[in-house]
Amino acid sequence: MTLRIEIDDLAKHFGAIKAVDGVSFSVSKGEVLGFLGPNGAGKSTTMKMITGFLAPTRGTVRVCGYDVLTDPISVKAHLGYLPEGAPAYADMTPDSFLHFIAEIRGLKGADKKRAVGLAAERARITNVMFQPIETLSKGYKRRVGLAQAILHNPPVLILDEPTDGLDPNQKHEVRTLINEMAEDKAIIISTHILEEVHALCNRNVVIANGKIKFDGTPQELESKSRYFNAVCVNVANIEQQAFENFLSSLEFVANVEKLSGDAGFRVYPQQGRQITAELSEKIRGNGWDIDALHAENGRLDEVFRSITLPNAESSK
Amino acid sequence: MNMQNIWFIMKREFNGYFATPVAYVFIIIFLLLTGFSTFYVGNFFERGEADLYPFFSLHPWLYILLIPAISMRLWAEERKSGSIELLMTLPVSVFEAVLGKFLAAWAFTGLALLLNFPLWITVNYLGNPDNGVIFASFLGSLLMAGGFLAIGSCISAITKNQVIAFVISLVISLIFVLAGFGIVIDFFAGWAPQTLVDVISSFSFLTHFDAISKGVIDLRDMLYFISLIAIWLFANALIVNARKAD
Repeated sequence: MTLRIEIDDLAKHFGAIKAVDGVSFSVSKGEVLGFLGPNGAGKSTTMKMITGFLAPTRGTVRVCGYDVLTDPISVKAHLGYLPEGAPAYADMTPDSFLHFIAEIRGLKGADKKRAVGLAAERARITNVMFQPIETLSKGYKRRVGLAQAILHNPPVLILDEPTDGLDPNQKHEVRTLINEMAEDKAIIISTHILEEVHALCNRNVVIANGKIKFDGTPQELESKSRYFNAVCVNVANIEQQAFENFLSSLEFVANVEKLSGDAGFRVYPQQGRQITAELSEKIRGNGWDIDALHAENGRLDEVFRSITLPNAESSK
Repeated sequence: MNMQNIWFIMKREFNGYFATPVAYVFIIIFLLLTGFSTFYVGNFFERGEADLYPFFSLHPWLYILLIPAISMRLWAEERKSGSIELLMTLPVSVFEAVLGKFLAAWAFTGLALLLNFPLWITVNYLGNPDNGVIFASFLGSLLMAGGFLAIGSCISAITKNQVIAFVISLVISLIFVLAGFGIVIDFFAGWAPQTLVDVISSFSFLTHFDAISKGVIDLRDMLYFISLIAIWLFANALIVNARKAD
């Protein structure tokens, strides 16, 4: 594994406000790191410091071995960055805009033409290349920004909310594009759209109030949910109260919750164990017919809330 | 300093003027005003001399009004639209960006100035002017325009609002021109020590441009404008660095 991004004790204070307060993590080639957190948690500020746009109050950032404080130009040359809101020069066309970026990125002649063509194709903007950017829809503007970021095939990609405000089809296209590129790059994506955790990322960092609250795989994130490995079960030919008592009496069950309507019960396992098979066996052993039985995944929105809001657990 | 980066940024910025009607409106107004001031204020015909002094001598006053209109967008627009975040995360240094933008605005001003060539043809048709003097005055005027532009570019980095950038640049430009004007000098001459009066008047665009507009190129006048440009652009870069993310 080659480390592409190394962040150590990074902090940014605006006066008394600690926007980012001692963040450390690193990203290797092949990793797509989903950077999660509520609005104002410090995601964008962290990304701005990685890309050299903001100077950190303390801490270091290294991209491909270059320190952003001592060699910002090398850092910038090795990364592609989509800033929040995908700013571009509104009165330019995507074609002239991408040519400008290519020139600044040091591409010349046939290489430049090829890079612009390929980036436009991958970002699927070939049909709007000669319209002023200000006349394009939000989705196209976002993709022009993406084309700009991937144009020079950088080893590191920093994308600040790449799918924000896109419709489901456009989101799907952008995710496909990112997945295509994931293998040979180190990518950081900030988002607060939780479905992207599975659609895009193989690692998550959750940040709140400028501090890292979680760093692990999407599965590990899900397993923090109280719904993780809970089983919803319903049987037909028995009185509900008796069934509930039976479920509560099982030694691997921590808790039983009655679902609304006659949908049955949700059974929480002891210590997040997988209990589907055991449970089904016990029920069948009693000669009851199982109407429905399925294990739940973790609920990311609930995990997100409990991680980022310190008092979420108690207020529930 | 990567010269190529400066060139790419300059090229983009220069084309940017022509992406909207701004460039054409500006050039037309500039030509109307230079024509008006040359013939009505400068009495081009009545003087009966074959030179372009009436044309050049009024440039400081035209520039006060018009140059801030060119410079106001340079950084204010980048900051307002957020594209500054894009520009400053490309592998270019702040100085390259400042210089590239400044040179684009300067080239645009030079183009507008060159488009006054019918005046030059007229004066050559009517008489036998000293074209060396005219060329020297042209260079001097361009140099002075650079001074105004450097002020405007620096001010434009302070704000996201182009109107504010325009007004503040105009006021500062006015101060720099008026510093050599009789009223200002008299105001200080009454009580301030002579050295201070000299310093103030030596900072004036008028003092340095007057000789140039007559075709006398003094190294000190040139140096004045060049160092003025350098200082304001240096401040410009510092301001961009400090305020780019605000």
